[in-house]
Amino acid sequence: MTARRLPQGGEIDRSRPLSFTFDGRPVQGFHGDTLASALLASGERILGRSFKYRRPRGLWGAGTEEPNVYADVTDGSRFRPNLRVTLEPARDGLALRSANTSPSARADRTGFLDLFARFLPSAFYYKTFFRPNWHFYEPAIRRMAGLGRINTAAHPAPDGDQLNHHCDAVVVGAGPVGIVAALALARAGESVVLADDGSRIGGSLLFRAARIDGQAGADWLAGAEAELARLGVTVLPRTTAFGVYDHGVIALNQRRDDGPDRLWRVRPRRIVLAAGAIERPLPFDANDLPGVMSAQAALSYLRRQAVLPGQRIVIATNNSSTDEVAAAMAAAGAGVTVIDARKGQQVARALGRREVTGVVLEDGTRIGCDCVLVSGGFAATIHLHAQAKGRLHWDDRRLSFVPEAPLPGLVTVGAAAGHFSLAEAFAALPAALGLAGAPVAETAPYDVTPVWPRPEQKGRVWIDLQHDVTAKDVELAARENMVSVEHLKRYTTLGMATDQGKTSNLAGLALMGQLTGRSIPEVGTTTYRPPFAPVPYTSLAGLRGGPRMNPVRRLACDGRHRAEGACFGDYGGWLRPAHYGTDESAILAEAKMARASVGLFDASPLGKIEVIGPDAATFLDFIHYNTVSTLKPGHCRYGFILAESGVVYDDGVLVRLDDHRFVVSCSSAHVAGVHGLLEEWRQDRFPAARIAIHDATAETATLTVSGPKARETLAAAGINADLSDAAFPHMTVRWHGHGEGALRLTRVSFTGDRSYEVSVRQDLAPALWDRLVAAARDQGGGPIGIEALMILRAEKGFIVIGKDTDGMTRPMDLGVSGPLAAKKVDFLGRRSLHTQEAQRADRNQLVGLVPADGLGPLPVGAHGIDLSAATPRSIGYVTSSHPGAAVGHPIALGLIERGATRHGQEITLHHLGKRRRATICPPCFLDPKGERLHA
Amino acid sequence: MQIFSCPFCGPRPEPEFHFGGDLGNDRPGPDCTAEAWAEYLHFRNNPRGTAEEIWLHVPCGELFAMRRDTVTMAADPGRALGGQP
Repeated sequence: MTARRLPQGGEIDRSRPLSFTFDGRPVQGFHGDTLASALLASGERILGRSFKYRRPRGLWGAGTEEPNVYADVTDGSRFRPNLRVTLEPARDGLALRSANTSPSARADRTGFLDLFARFLPSAFYYKTFFRPNWHFYEPAIRRMAGLGRINTAAHPAPDGDQLNHHCDAVVVGAGPVGIVAALALARAGESVVLADDGSRIGGSLLFRAARIDGQAGADWLAGAEAELARLGVTVLPRTTAFGVYDHGVIALNQRRDDGPDRLWRVRPRRIVLAAGAIERPLPFDANDLPGVMSAQAALSYLRRQAVLPGQRIVIATNNSSTDEVAAAMAAAGAGVTVIDARKGQQVARALGRREVTGVVLEDGTRIGCDCVLVSGGFAATIHLHAQAKGRLHWDDRRLSFVPEAPLPGLVTVGAAAGHFSLAEAFAALPAALGLAGAPVAETAPYDVTPVWPRPEQKGRVWIDLQHDVTAKDVELAARENMVSVEHLKRYTTLGMATDQGKTSNLAGLALMGQLTGRSIPEVGTTTYRPPFAPVPYTSLAGLRGGPRMNPVRRLACDGRHRAEGACFGDYGGWLRPAHYGTDESAILAEAKMARASVGLFDASPLGKIEVIGPDAATFLDFIHYNTVSTLKPGHCRYGFILAESGVVYDDGVLVRLDDHRFVVSCSSAHVAGVHGLLEEWRQDRFPAARIAIHDATAETATLTVSGPKARETLAAAGINADLSDAAFPHMTVRWHGHGEGALRLTRVSFTGDRSYEVSVRQDLAPALWDRLVAAARDQGGGPIGIEALMILRAEKGFIVIGKDTDGMTRPMDLGVSGPLAAKKVDFLGRRSLHTQEAQRADRNQLVGLVPADGLGPLPVGAHGIDLSAATPRSIGYVTSSHPGAAVGHPIALGLIERGATRHGQEITLHHLGKRRRATICPPCFLDPKGERLHA
Repeated sequence: MQIFSCPFCGPRPEPEFHFGGDLGNDRPGPDCTAEAWAEYLHFRNNPRGTAEEIWLHVPCGELFAMRRDTVTMAADPGRALGGQP
């Protein structure tokens, strides 16, 4: 309990106290606190447990780089996991739960894991958890690993909010350099967005002393803020620019108190990257103890929220930036000892078990302390430059990767370009941005000396705090030849997880360089990818969720089906009646009714793509497996469309209305695909003026009347065309009526019974439905759903593409080999049917299957197995299975190896550990001669 | 998100487009060798750098040719595929 709040100073409002809970214990703070600063001021040191070894951890940073402390935050009914406490403003009434802890950060049950650390090196689990297999261990490991835990009892996250925005420039980072850049561009008349992930703009000016153009930093900032507002610059605090994407899109995530995060998708002409730099740790034994923290972060907590992190402070540094930190801590009343590597002094080891109690220097000197402030130098925040495929240059003087050169449309300035002193950063601005001048700052120059982890360094030198990677792990990776930087990352998990190695990457690279005799630039960096910082999925998803992802399509007769008590299902994006009534037993009853008298079925989603023009027949000859041009006007023909691979892509009935006009009727779920395929080949191979294609599916409703009483039903419904078999035979088309209300009658059958498809303009369908359903009821029939139709078609052996066929099925496998032998002209997929593969004798072929064991319907997906070899081998599988409606036993269709030659044979089926027996038969269980079609 | 330019509709965002394959992957005749057919069916250019491709602008339904750089992701304006009038 050594950190304390100072009685005055900072940007907090002491007249507005607040309180929230952390692992159930109350924490007091003030308006102006972040969650982190309030936790620090409360004296709470252990705020999280490390990812792997469950070591106690405290705050390291004060910004987006924080690797240790995350919390799941409940705010009334709102729940957000894995928030970085350093970026979230403290608010009254929040409930925080620390990450990686059970039950709390202070008393974690899994802390014993650290005792076994020597047995849990990098890649331990690759080498251990594969016997018997990973899934054996997975549940327990998954429970322990990961960061936050989703509160499933909380309300679902609200929909994300997204904005598209166009402007001249986006400036990333609103420190002094970003502000100067934004002002300069805005003064020149550009529209500018200025984004910063902090709670307010100002960057280092909020906690570091500076004099700009003779003014104190704070005064200069106040003036700059006023001018930004006057110039209309869009200033976005609490907004992280997390990704640069193709064609200059930059993505920003804005955190808001009054709603979900907002995603800004911005297309600027130019991106100015002024994202600053991140302070690195120093390598010494136990450098992860609570109380060891970034010197810049400590300065920020002191100056912004008036929190002094300790009373007896050791400052371990290798650079000049800590001079100000030491002076500020001393002025606030702390005892300060500076251990400066530039003067040959280094910390070898931190002492303490649950928090730091002292340090031992390399020369053996012991110093008691309650806080160690560390600065290992700065690393420029070049992530967005690197994401945009910008090359990096290693600056050996400043010890940081910096952009090699600006990119088209993306320029890096300030500390992000390696200018770690403000004077230097301002001086470089005019050249970078093409400005006439820039403010002048008076700051000390930056001076740094390298201190990297060393091979064989004693103790546990932590490199990656978030993923628990030590110097020894990097040495292990080198020993096992994981020397490439990408291998190093994957083997040790160095630089992974939510902080993406913001504090750890360079130390890892430097150590690997020493171990392999390479320089840091020779080791190189891993690929930078978005996001720079975690972004909630709600933000990325925006409104594209739930029913808005794929809006369901409704039938023209939707209301009629509801009135009939239909039970609906989603079939290929359409909401269709599965059956009528809530009870699934209706399915078989509907099928039997349709076989006995008549069934009325809403087939409206069936594809109806019109192909029109003088070359339509030639075109369709190319598209279809079957010959189309010989079809007479007024007639229909069933056929396949193949993919170029020779696999059956779709089937359906083709209607020729007249010489130049066809209707391609494709599977309901395939309409967009078939339409696209037709367009592609029309544009590729045929004259545009001689063929037109129009998808009339949505504008046309189709009601199918099927059953022995189908003709009587049509007549009773007032469709008094000549329906005699002589005037209107099977596989022909007729019109009834004229003009807008004309009905197109197509006599085709997907059931095996006499059937008529009646198509009409969709808005006229409900009235037609009323007439047909009344007439059907008079004949002892009624409406049937799609599930009953599935039984009817399976009994007849009619296939559903994609269900009774797979990605290997050629038309010959379905027993249709005529066109391949007889068709004169080329067609889609033809050459593929002549390949060795397509002609193999042992292909899976469509068959009927009847249970031979009296145990009821066969399970769909059951594999036929060949038991003649030592190990059973699949010989195909069941694709459809139903109880019989007109047939007195269960029926099934399947794709079975050499099936066409095996009719009458009995085979064994295997499904989920159970065996069944079935007899192979031709794929038609009902009326193979087709007499019912004319009954 | 990339911006492609349909020769008929102008610049539009990437989700409006579907990839249509390599430009110039001509369909061989029905009597071609199995190798030529496999080349047509399965082999793709996948160049590093300049790619000549077919794209489909879904809202207008037109296929067009487009030159694209697979490294820089720069995309030239689409070109209409001069089909016969």
